[in-house]
Amino acid sequence: MNQSSVPTPSKLLKGILLSFLVIVTLACNSDKKEKSYSDPADIKVGMEMNAKLTAPPHVPTPTARRSAKRLIVDMEILEEVGTMTDGVEYVYWTFDGTVPGSFIRTKIGDEIEFHLKNHPDNKLPHNIDLHAVNGPGGGAVSSFVAPGHETVFSFKVLNPGLYVYHCATAPVGMHIANGMYGLILVEPEEGLEPVDREYYVMQGDFYTKGDFGEPGLQAFDMKKAIEEDADYVVFNGKVGAMTGDNALTAKVGETVRLFVGNGGPNLVSSFHVIGEIFDKVHMEGGSLINENVQTTLIPAGGAAIVEFKIDAPGEYILVDHSIFRAFNKGALAQINATGDENKNVYAGKIQEGIYLPEGGDIQEMPISEEEQAENAKPVANLTFDEKMERGKNLYGRSCLACHQSAGQGIASAFPPLAKSDYLNADVDRAIEIALYGKTGEITVNGEKYNSVMPSQGLSDEEAASVLTYIYNSWDNNKTEVTQEMVKAQRR
Amino acid sequence: MFFKYVLRSLLICIPFLAQAQMENMAVIEKGSYVPLYGRDSVKVKIDRFALDVYPVTNADFKKFLKEYPEWQKDKVKALFADGNYLRHWDANGSLKKGESLKAPVTNVSYFAAKKYCECQDKRLPTLDEWEYVAMADETTADARVKDSYNEFILSWYEKPNSFNQEVGSTFKNYWNIYDMHGLVWEWTSDFNSVMISGESRRDVDQDNNLFCGSAAIGSSDLMNYAAFMRYAFRGSIKANYGVRNLGFRCAKTINNQTKQNDEDL
Repeated sequence: MNQSSVPTPSKLLKGILLSFLVIVTLACNSDKKEKSYSDPADIKVGMEMNAKLTAPPHVPTPTARRSAKRLIVDMEILEEVGTMTDGVEYVYWTFDGTVPGSFIRTKIGDEIEFHLKNHPDNKLPHNIDLHAVNGPGGGAVSSFVAPGHETVFSFKVLNPGLYVYHCATAPVGMHIANGMYGLILVEPEEGLEPVDREYYVMQGDFYTKGDFGEPGLQAFDMKKAIEEDADYVVFNGKVGAMTGDNALTAKVGETVRLFVGNGGPNLVSSFHVIGEIFDKVHMEGGSLINENVQTTLIPAGGAAIVEFKIDAPGEYILVDHSIFRAFNKGALAQINATGDENKNVYAGKIQEGIYLPEGGDIQEMPISEEEQAENAKPVANLTFDEKMERGKNLYGRSCLACHQSAGQGIASAFPPLAKSDYLNADVDRAIEIALYGKTGEITVNGEKYNSVMPSQGLSDEEAASVLTYIYNSWDNNKTEVTQEMVKAQRR
Repeated sequence: MFFKYVLRSLLICIPFLAQAQMENMAVIEKGSYVPLYGRDSVKVKIDRFALDVYPVTNADFKKFLKEYPEWQKDKVKALFADGNYLRHWDANGSLKKGESLKAPVTNVSYFAAKKYCECQDKRLPTLDEWEYVAMADETTADARVKDSYNEFILSWYEKPNSFNQEVGSTFKNYWNIYDMHGLVWEWTSDFNSVMISGESRRDVDQDNNLFCGSAAIGSSDLMNYAAFMRYAFRGSIKANYGVRNLGFRCAKTINNQTKQNDEDL
């Protein structure tokens, strides 16, 4: 009986080893994140500093090398007319004149002295609710400010993460729907890991009197907003804010970090980058890191930090993978990566699969008798100039996402329309494709493409306009397409 | 003369009592209405009163400044007007380039507006009087149920920079009053009697009237939002503020000829 209480030498050794292991692991853990404070509220701040704010898609420089400061943030509220998409204008309410508003980069322990200015020409009072604030209303009560006035309030940032800020003046939904949101980053003491590029992207949904693409100055539609029936779902406040000439850039081998927010007001984003896998996602902008993520969910009034290394050159498309929003409502942005190809990673023969839920045949809707009668009516022919102008707007709405701003297409996915032998060879074929779509392999300028283009559902007038525009741009053969030519191709 | 000078230095105004002051005013018949919120959700009675047909213009105000120089930009007491006071006028007391004499005067404080009206032997309308008149469209005294009417108001709230349009450029309403919507916000005598903290979600908690009101009328009722924005605006201003989109017009009590001077005491 006694024996059991006396440890044998081997048991003793095991015990010592085990406790040693435990100590080592504990030591390692505490080594990993040693903080110089126990409560972030106690962090002492150094001198005053004016915060450098940036307009999207840019991000201010990291804070890792500086100590906590008294940080002066200056922000101006502007109500002004901006462009939603080609030919469509909208009255935006903004923080600092952009949608989303300026990016604010802070460090844990910073004491923010926030100056909120409401421009004298504005009609409405506004305020700001920052999700990074610990306190009732997130600063909204203290920051309520009439036009032509300035309000100052202060707070200390205590929780590292990426946070949304927005206007919370009644009616809140309308202020947010008009563009009053942005992101504030609170970096941990050691800062975020250095990366090669950082960008600021924020999704928002818009509700207009006219449907998507209806030209002119469009008013906000409260009814659609309440029904959550968005006309536009866009990144950074407008269709094409980051496509074509405004595309984000990166080089092969670089790591890109996107600070992605979702202002809402209504829709949740299924954020995805076509052709990339997120190596890391700071889920919901907080401290939890997930790895190898294809699509991350970003709630309205929430954010995420995503990071990925670019392995192959080419275009990467940012979308809300609720995919009709991407291809029909504007939720599309682009990263152009330059550099050498890496055949091990991406051979280029296997095609980038684009998810097109609509097939060429399925999406045709039966048309009513009235519409048929409408179609049969003779229409006054547009002049060449009118066709060019309408065609340009139509191109921006219907074609640009795939065929790109200068008709250059996207290598191995979408064929070029610029200087296109396939296009110039047969105008009737081009009309037919514009009307009914195209499926299967074709060769354009020596390159093979095998993809799906859905039917575009264009009227005779629209098809004539957009094709005339395409034929008279980018070194094509200057064919003028008439409505009669289009009519002849109708099935 | 000396007596007059003393009175002026005391910021007391001498209305032209002899003159009939009813020109360019319209009579608003008595009635009642249910305000959006702020009081009990019972009907508020409005007595018969008269209201200026147009908002006070820059030209009107220029006359006033000549008559009462203590309200000029460089002489006004800081207590009564903040730095925005008459920001669209130059130092010599005339309008800056591009500003119209026929446009409503803005950038005036509550105190200046109140004094102006008193000097016409009038007063500022009450919030209830103003809202009562503002319910009307061209043909109906209470048009709040009409979609088109509400959309017009909402679309104005959205559009910046309408302050430089001439008075009379919007529509004449049921009471023969112009420009209640579509030109500028307007001061009322008790503009701050409804407190909005600026945090609408909190206001919802604190004020059950608002909460019930908006819930009962139904979420698709646009009028709520239009009125709500007016109340939010009023909640954001203080009596010494000058605001680029904020003007005023005067009212006059009709039935009992109470002396406005009582208020000055």
